[in-house]
Amino acid sequence: MNAMNWLVVYPEALLLLMACVVALVDLFVTDERRRPTFWLTQASLVGVAAMHLAYYQGGATLYGMQNMMVGDPMGHLLAFFATCAVIITIAYAQPYIASRDMLKGEFFTLTMFVLLGICVMCSANNFLVVYLGLEIMSLSLYALVALRRDHGVSTEAAMKYFVLGALASGFLLYGLSMMYGATKSLEINEVFTAIGTGRINGSVLTFGVVFVVAGLAFKLGVVPFHMWVPDVYHGAPTAVTLLIGGAPKLAAFAITVRLLVEGMLGLAVDWQQMMVVLAVASLVIGNLAAIAQTNLKRMLAYSTISQMGFMLLGMTAGVVSGNTLSAGNAYSSAMFYAVTYVLTTLGTFGLIMYLSQAGFESDEIADYAGLAKRSPWLAGVMSIFMFSLAGLPPMVGFYAKLAILQALVTTNVASYVVLAVVAVLLSLVGAFYYLRVVKVMYFDEPAAGASVRPGQGGGVGALLAVNGAAVLVFGLLPGGLMAMCRDAILKALAT
Amino acid sequence: MGLLSLSIWLPIAFGALLLATGRDDKAGTARWLALIGAVISFVVTIPLITGFDTASAALQFSENLLWIERFNVRYHLGVDGISVWFVLLTAFITIVVVVAGWEVITERVHQYMGAFLILSGLMVGVFTAADGLLFYVFFEATLIPMYIIIGIWGGKRRVYAAFKFFLYTLAGSLLMLVALTYLYYKSGGSFDIATWHKLPLGMHAQALLFFAFFAAFSVKVPMWPVHTWLPDAHVEAPTGGSVVLAAIMLKLGAYGFLRFSMPIAPDASREYAWFIIALSLIAVVYIGLVALVQQDMKKLVAYSSIAHMGFVTLGFFIFNELGVSGGLVQMISHGFVSGAMFLAIGVLYDRVHSREIATYGGVVNTMPKFAAFALFFTMANCGLPGTGGFVGEWMVILGTVKVSFWLAAIAATALIFGAAYSLWMYKRVYFGDVTNDEVRGLTDINAREFALMAVLAVATLWMGVYPKPFTDVMHASVTELLKHVALSKLQ
Repeated sequence: MNAMNWLVVYPEALLLLMACVVALVDLFVTDERRRPTFWLTQASLVGVAAMHLAYYQGGATLYGMQNMMVGDPMGHLLAFFATCAVIITIAYAQPYIASRDMLKGEFFTLTMFVLLGICVMCSANNFLVVYLGLEIMSLSLYALVALRRDHGVSTEAAMKYFVLGALASGFLLYGLSMMYGATKSLEINEVFTAIGTGRINGSVLTFGVVFVVAGLAFKLGVVPFHMWVPDVYHGAPTAVTLLIGGAPKLAAFAITVRLLVEGMLGLAVDWQQMMVVLAVASLVIGNLAAIAQTNLKRMLAYSTISQMGFMLLGMTAGVVSGNTLSAGNAYSSAMFYAVTYVLTTLGTFGLIMYLSQAGFESDEIADYAGLAKRSPWLAGVMSIFMFSLAGLPPMVGFYAKLAILQALVTTNVASYVVLAVVAVLLSLVGAFYYLRVVKVMYFDEPAAGASVRPGQGGGVGALLAVNGAAVLVFGLLPGGLMAMCRDAILKALAT
Repeated sequence: MGLLSLSIWLPIAFGALLLATGRDDKAGTARWLALIGAVISFVVTIPLITGFDTASAALQFSENLLWIERFNVRYHLGVDGISVWFVLLTAFITIVVVVAGWEVITERVHQYMGAFLILSGLMVGVFTAADGLLFYVFFEATLIPMYIIIGIWGGKRRVYAAFKFFLYTLAGSLLMLVALTYLYYKSGGSFDIATWHKLPLGMHAQALLFFAFFAAFSVKVPMWPVHTWLPDAHVEAPTGGSVVLAAIMLKLGAYGFLRFSMPIAPDASREYAWFIIALSLIAVVYIGLVALVQQDMKKLVAYSSIAHMGFVTLGFFIFNELGVSGGLVQMISHGFVSGAMFLAIGVLYDRVHSREIATYGGVVNTMPKFAAFALFFTMANCGLPGTGGFVGEWMVILGTVKVSFWLAAIAATALIFGAAYSLWMYKRVYFGDVTNDEVRGLTDINAREFALMAVLAVATLWMGVYPKPFTDVMHASVTELLKHVALSKLQ
């Protein structure tokens, strides 16, 4: 077990190498649109994605780097989805940042480092590696939020993100050090075993787990640790908002599973209670606050809070009255939720960018008035995303919500069924503001003068259409993706 | 592909084609394409009734494929005597709607037609789904096109009406979703409706399920007191939207009672039948009185729809064959009659742009042909013998007498109120002297409108004079259902 086994980290190694290569190559690129850098980045990422997919299909669980890293199907699948999300993000973002003079080589390098952090988190088998991955990702993101450095709101968002993010990292690290003190190990499997012996001081463990959950809640952006989400979503350039709102959610899910499920399942009673509070609070605050928003990015930020709350509900249903029979069902539902949420979010922000031009961000809801008249295709695609986020069939978002509800109801515990009812009633509130976007696009007349025109770049438009189609097709045939998530989670739980 | 799949996916495919290829300057092409799509979609449903085995209560024309393996959800379709007529009715009404919007809709024609065709396929899906989740997917998906239809082509307060329609219905459906997942759990991982029918359940669970389903279906029917979205939706929707709402969408709720509430929770259904009967009678009497005082023609017909649907739910929950079959016949005939009533209002509205009763008066002088049709449908609406409206109401009342004379007596008052509000409206709109220039300048219905009215009139008359084909088809399935509901599922 103590071998280096480099095989496990080949994708991460490739990513690191290519991030450095891209940084160097970009020095010699004179093209204004940075096409060589763009294509080199995308090619590298496709390579990384292909490797993760191959590992996932191999289906084996390997340990490497002296047990620091683990390559299991869940980690590779999440890393694969995260890589795809980043590829799509870059494709959507390139025209956007190019038209705002922000297209420097740094964007590509930093984005690759964000992904590197995500991949490290997905395959971490050690508390320190989790933290390392988290910091690689977070530090790169802080810099990216400040990409528009002459812009007040952007800079403010970056500062807020940095300070609160650092606080969250502190929480997490403090909690992890508690766990280390109690269990004498940083390795996730060993911590699990140590907790399982039942000979460890319970109050220290509980103390530690509270801090770990608080740290994770910050990263997921759930109430009451959500304060940064609206400001950062709103203030960051839309391209970076997409980067924050997409792939990192998968990483947050990955470390939640790694730390809480694989490491601290023995303490599930404690953290599940906290999760219930976080989830319900997020659903309430996220959905209610979103109603009041006039800015689309801010509204989506609050919607993210509520969506993450919904996902966390799935995490609460793993251990019921002391047995873990429903764990596979519950966690795979949450994973499916996270994956489909990212797919939908990509399209939503991609569309906002596609419609914007230099000097016009198209991020006010009112900017979309009458879009259906001028651009029926884009309005149609946007409605698909909105209906999916609202959880209406036949979009994929419905099956995500169904999976979570099913996980709650099949526990056959009355309090969980009540939780399911609360969740559906709050998603009714959510339906209102998603519908309002559809209303603005379809029912309102376009405002005179200020008009949203489809942006430049046919490729991006086509990609958006594919993204919309994917949300619909996965809605008509969600079986395959569900089976993949279930398979990955079951294998992760088995080890 | 089986016939049922074709009935669902053909209109959806045509609708998608319209949305994808349509352009604002090619409205004519869009109209013809929509008509061709609607007619083909109707034609493929005809073998369902000609090839239907009336002796069998089982699901026919079944298709059963695995859809979502993870949750054991199946793409399972089938029709029995209860649902088969609604498939045809849906496809038929879609043709009516396409033709009714022919000249009236001038803006975004392809989207209008596309939305109706897609809606039609989805509604057929609701009637034919034999899998709980598949049913739910279709049931919910119908909200999207209807929301768009009301919101884009509706009247002044269309946005308010569209939101009210959507959120009301969604609120009910979401509780049903929890009920469906609970049944999934209870049945050991199956969404099959037939399995759920056989599933033994305790009284407490049955009661909860019953009320969860009640939440979804009572809003859709709609029953008093959750009916308030309907007048708004009807008034604001374009004519075609009103027709589909009244003729088909309300029936989705009533159908749900027969397919889910009664057979899955039979003990709770019997236990709480008084509750449904009470609400139905309130709908019949109170809403009938409300209809009487309406100033707006569409609102009046909307309230009369609620009262008529009260008959349907009353018929279902007295648990005898006359009642249930009567309710079903009432659903079909109401589909024709209310559809025609809304078309008639649409004809006037297109010319005068007013729905106020007070605007009119003496229309018979300027539009004699139209007034004759309108009289016929008004008569059908108040249940004149010889029209479809009579048969259903009469069967329900007869069934109710068997249970309780006084219940029947209260229900029968509906015939009086129905006649009162329908005929009084007719009198104010059509009879009397022509008092204003707008009515004086009216032109009688053209060939297209005449054809629409004539077809619906024939259908209404046919149901009134010779309802046997309808009741024959239902007989075996209804008997089977009642036999099932009579048995207790308590362990």
